[in-house]
Amino acid sequence: MSAAKDIESLSAKFGADVVGTKEFRGEHTICVNLGVLHDVLATAQKELGYEMIIDISSLDHFGEEPRFEMVYELATVDDSKHLRVKSKVSEEEEVPSVTDVWIGADWHEREVFDMMGIRFSGHPNLKRILMWEGYPYHPLRKDFPLAGRPSEMPDVAFSGIAPLEGGPFVTSPGSNDSVKREPRARAQS
Amino acid sequence: MVSDSIQTAHTAYDSKIEGNVIFTRVDAAINWMRKNSLWPMPMGLACCAIEMMASACSRFDLSRFGMEVMRFSPRQADVMIVSGTVTYKMALAVKRIWDQMPEPKWCIAMGACASSGGMYRSYAVLQGIDRLIPVDVYVSGCPPRPEALIEGLMKVQAKIEGEAALQNQKKEFFEDIA
Repeated sequence: MSAAKDIESLSAKFGADVVGTKEFRGEHTICVNLGVLHDVLATAQKELGYEMIIDISSLDHFGEEPRFEMVYELATVDDSKHLRVKSKVSEEEEVPSVTDVWIGADWHEREVFDMMGIRFSGHPNLKRILMWEGYPYHPLRKDFPLAGRPSEMPDVAFSGIAPLEGGPFVTSPGSNDSVKREPRARAQS
Repeated sequence: MVSDSIQTAHTAYDSKIEGNVIFTRVDAAINWMRKNSLWPMPMGLACCAIEMMASACSRFDLSRFGMEVMRFSPRQADVMIVSGTVTYKMALAVKRIWDQMPEPKWCIAMGACASSGGMYRSYAVLQGIDRLIPVDVYVSGCPPRPEALIEGLMKVQAKIEGEAALQNQKKEFFEDIA
């Protein structure tokens, strides 16, 4: 069975909770409501043969509601088909953990929690994986500056603001010209 | 014929040890011993560490300078080579290891990242190890070649040569008992 057929069967099973499907250059995506997300992923694993979770990531649509979006990349072990499952999450909502479906989802979900601040319900060990325990921010959020914010935890860690002027890889957002927009060394300011 | 002014003093009280005794200043002797037995603390944090390892290997051979003994215990090390990107998560661990090294000690910031944060202008990276611990020599490069690191270590040697080791020790001693 192909990924396109899997999307059809998932759409038939979950009906109105499937918000949209998309196929782009052989990549198949299905967007579902958060309420059925865990059921969709469990169905994909148990009935459709997606035994592998390749990646779990998240998007920050800052300024939109709901703000976040979860992205799950599924694959079969023989690599015959791939499936992408997306689901929108608002800031207050918790995402049901899929560690009971794929044990490998553990660290992916911890990374999403660390970097984006999305909480997972039912996760066995939801703590930071990259930044240290007690770091007050979630750095991959759109409203977090690349230069960082100062924080202080005596005897554990601290952080400061990195100077970005004249840095080797400073982007110029907002310009229409991609040549001017791309990261490059800027004159010292 | 050697003139009297630069002729070394004779220690010819015993013909058996004549010629085996050298007069020098204590400072010079201490500095000579220190600079030729620098034991590095390899603080390898990123790709610079590969070059640091290469400089210790046979092609570049740090043992020519008496520095082949990489000490993974800070208590036995003299010079800390901070080679690589220092993240904020690692920063206080580096400081802690530096604090555990006994005096006298020196520090080399190897490569762009350890010196200034390098290309990592971001929330996660300390912008130069000199914000936490005193640095004696900065080595440029991304990563520097082993020759550059050896040059840096030779600069540390030159710095040690100029230190007034005994006088400083005396000064500290008198300050302690005062």
